[in-house]
Amino acid sequence: MGHDNTHKLAIFRGTLKFKSNVQKIWGVLIFLSIITIIEVGLGIVKPKSLTEWYPLGMKALNWIFIILTLVKAYYIAWDFMHLRDETSSLRRAVVWTAFFLIAYLLFILLQEATYIEGVKTNGFVKWNF
Amino acid sequence: MEATVSNTGTEGKVWGGGNEPLKASYGKMMMWFFLLSDALTFSGFLAAYGFSRFKFIDSWPIADEVYNHFPGLHGDHPMYFVALMTFILIASSVTMVLAVDAGHHMDKKKVTFYMFLTIIGGGIFLGSQAWEWTNFIQGSYGALETKGGQILQFVNTDMEEGDEKMHRVSVEDFATASHKERIQHKSKEGLWFTSESALPAYSVQDVVTGFNHKANLAVRTQTLMPNISELKASGDAESIAKAERFEKMYVNADQTGQKGVLTRAESVKALKDAVVYVKGANLIHNEYGNRLFADFFFFITGFHGFHVFSGVLINVIIFFNVILGTYERRKNNYEMVEKVGLYWHFVDLVWVFVFTFFYLV
Repeated sequence: MGHDNTHKLAIFRGTLKFKSNVQKIWGVLIFLSIITIIEVGLGIVKPKSLTEWYPLGMKALNWIFIILTLVKAYYIAWDFMHLRDETSSLRRAVVWTAFFLIAYLLFILLQEATYIEGVKTNGFVKWNF
Repeated sequence: MEATVSNTGTEGKVWGGGNEPLKASYGKMMMWFFLLSDALTFSGFLAAYGFSRFKFIDSWPIADEVYNHFPGLHGDHPMYFVALMTFILIASSVTMVLAVDAGHHMDKKKVTFYMFLTIIGGGIFLGSQAWEWTNFIQGSYGALETKGGQILQFVNTDMEEGDEKMHRVSVEDFATASHKERIQHKSKEGLWFTSESALPAYSVQDVVTGFNHKANLAVRTQTLMPNISELKASGDAESIAKAERFEKMYVNADQTGQKGVLTRAESVKALKDAVVYVKGANLIHNEYGNRLFADFFFFITGFHGFHVFSGVLINVIIFFNVILGTYERRKNNYEMVEKVGLYWHFVDLVWVFVFTFFYLV
């Protein structure tokens, strides 16, 4: 039962093609490891230029961590969980649902928390007894 | 018997039924939708964590100071252990996907071997997490908690060359536990229907006495130092007043992003509010800072660990089924292995986010 021909073997938008599914798995592992090493390295060094620069209200370093996390999540879902080989309707049913609900929840909660923090710091209510 | 209508005239049409637009089996699809709902649960937890963290953005504990243990090494080693845990989980994800691939080729031997490796990887990860929890629960320095729930930690103000910040001092190094009249009340002694939890090792007075004997100690608060020079340059009267207040209270007001260390006089004043000695962490007290910090740590890593645990259990069941040849007989390319594989990768996926939001950001 040759099932292998159903796998899509190219990653990085077709720039990197693998000969077999097993090779692709090892390739993705190497890629994920490199990203994790970069994350850990940045977490240990914490370069001053990245911790003191605040694009869009958050440390540049934190933006890098979050973006790298999403990249890792993408390759785990697309290649390890074979989302790349599923029909686009199944992929969208899963990914878009999660994406929009989570983005909405995060926006609401973080916005509200920022407001409460402002009240706590600038308001006249004593909270440390 | 020609009364039964079996022809609707829609055969072969899209709405005639029997289509499989997603081209996935029922089981695989349901696994995906289960994972979707589970992902929403986890993001609910992580979003709640983000809420509390943004609410206490000026006093949240610094992860590197909390998770700094490595087996067999003394001193400060942030990041290494959790990086190791991440690699273990990614590696076991790879062996899982290799098992799925071997299943597609109906290669029973290889599926068995890779499933076995996956289970071992999961076991090692669980052990690592237990070790992490043990360190977190036992704590290493101890601190005092005030009436308002603030944590007062202790540092040595004598800095050596090359030190970026003052080193923490363990309460055990300077306080002596006094003789106590009071002993823990257990239900087997005295009133059988009441009891209490273990008494703290030191009374507040023990710690304060020890503190007064050593002039090089100071209290470190939860407050993170803002950028003082920026506050001063803002031109806003309130910000300038705040900057001046911070410079008067804290000896390290110029170190943006670090925990504020009080001057000696302010330290003595702060200690007057202390009510209890805390070491390590539980759901009510923790020596690291905000109470919610420990609660979220236990809850989210615990919920993830529970997923890993059930993942290992399911993997074990599938592993034995593979050995018994159950999926060989089903002749569907080991689809069951693929389904548990999805679950196992999902656990890895969640860990990627937990790793970022608890340890990196």
